[in-house]
Amino acid sequence: MQANSALEPQTGVETFNYRVVRQFSIMTVVWGIVGMLVGVIIAAQMAWPELNFGPYFHFGRLRPLHTNAVIFAFGGCALFATSYYVVQRTCGVRLISDKLAAFTFWGWQLVIVLAAITLPLGFTSGKEYAELEWPIDILITIVWVSYAIVFFGTIAKRTQKHIYVANWFYGAFILAVALLHIVNSMAVPVSMWKSYSVYAGAVDAMVQWWYGHNAVGFFLTAAFLGMMYYFVPKQAGRPVYSYRLSVVHFWALVFTYMWAGPHHLHYTALPDWTQSVGMTFSLILLAPSWGGMINGIMTLSGAWHKLRTDPILKFLITALSFYGMSTFEGPMMSIKTVNALSHYTDWTIGHVHSGALGWVAMISIGSIYYLIPRLFGREKMYSIKLIEAHFWMATLGVVLYIAAMWVSGVTQGLMWRATNADGTLTYAFIDSVKASYDYYYIRVLGGVLYLGGMFLMAYNMVRTIMQGKSVDAPIPALQHAHA
Amino acid sequence: MDINLFRQIITVAGLVCFVAIALWAYGRPAAGRFDEAAMQPINDDDLPHEQAGSK
Repeated sequence: MQANSALEPQTGVETFNYRVVRQFSIMTVVWGIVGMLVGVIIAAQMAWPELNFGPYFHFGRLRPLHTNAVIFAFGGCALFATSYYVVQRTCGVRLISDKLAAFTFWGWQLVIVLAAITLPLGFTSGKEYAELEWPIDILITIVWVSYAIVFFGTIAKRTQKHIYVANWFYGAFILAVALLHIVNSMAVPVSMWKSYSVYAGAVDAMVQWWYGHNAVGFFLTAAFLGMMYYFVPKQAGRPVYSYRLSVVHFWALVFTYMWAGPHHLHYTALPDWTQSVGMTFSLILLAPSWGGMINGIMTLSGAWHKLRTDPILKFLITALSFYGMSTFEGPMMSIKTVNALSHYTDWTIGHVHSGALGWVAMISIGSIYYLIPRLFGREKMYSIKLIEAHFWMATLGVVLYIAAMWVSGVTQGLMWRATNADGTLTYAFIDSVKASYDYYYIRVLGGVLYLGGMFLMAYNMVRTIMQGKSVDAPIPALQHAHA
Repeated sequence: MDINLFRQIITVAGLVCFVAIALWAYGRPAAGRFDEAAMQPINDDDLPHEQAGSK
């Protein structure tokens, strides 16, 4: 391997901290494969219940492992990687502290490993998407505060006058997740691995879904919109369609999302008016959500031809299409009468995966494909054809997955509510389970396709890294202070 | 202060804030700054021009 002197970090030349971005980018792909593999396993357990072996390999314990791995390990690493890259490039400065940034990397990996150990062992606080027990919750808080210091500290020492809009989204995500995590994780420990929530009854349920839906709103939406607002304009080579719209829909999202949580608790012990408030704000959310989608897709106006030849752009724009679809579906499902049919059925699972596989994973995959060559001193990935193949496997996988779950969910909802003329139920629960099996096989197929695409990505990434070498780009002189 | 009055004030203040931000964003002085900000990432060339390593 021939070292290129122009790319060597020269003494006296200030560089960006790409090291932590490289670490998080690689782990994004690794945890993506792990998390989605667990997903395929539990999908197979639904299709073939014989695959539930013993307590540690049981659906009930692997399911939270899957959700934590894909959201916080895969999604989390993608957000750390891209936010550290974006904040440095748009502020024109190196991260404020290399040591603290390294701590966030190793701390976050430790959280993930602890989750992978404790969840199969059955240690759980039982709160969805917040299952981890109190010692891990404390570690998460420490890592998260460090993340906030690194991110906002870097913004504070920026040489650019304006704080680019992507950083606003990342910043809102960091602040909101800190608030949500601390409030929802308040618990009384009774032993090293057991604690009880400080909240009780309906209040506990409301706090949990205030957390749960805002985890969707700020972790899985705002943060990935931050990603979108940097990588879509960069990959398309055009500025964002309307910067003004990006500002207005940012604040609309921030002011609206906090109220939407009660739609997870329709027809429960939660006061009815609270449910109605949650539903109303969920319907309002359609406007700022579509504001973001339209803004992202319209950024391509005048450059649509690039979509034909550039599979990275395909990933990014398809992600936005799925974002638009799932943010239309979500408000619709929050309507009480629709929720009466959809809730507790596979429709919800379909909706979540249209957002998770379609939006979150595709925008992350596209962004990581953008980053990897730049982090290793290359102009492009090892193979563009493999990205193209990955794109079609992922798209086909999502479509199979969500279509199967829609049909399965509506079938279940209709069977559960069907009554005979004398008022008795037409179907036993097991009838709806039997009716779902065919769709569970299709889901496994969709999941296998999506996972297979991730293996192509891992291979492509390794080959790109082998071709290149770790390079910390110099901070461009134009952006430099006093320049 | 009555807790419910406080909650109402916060809610109304939130709405007022949002309307104020929207009016500001659609005003003339903001437009120039927005154009400049939107171009920042586009003008920042982050592509390595000399390939590291060898085939």
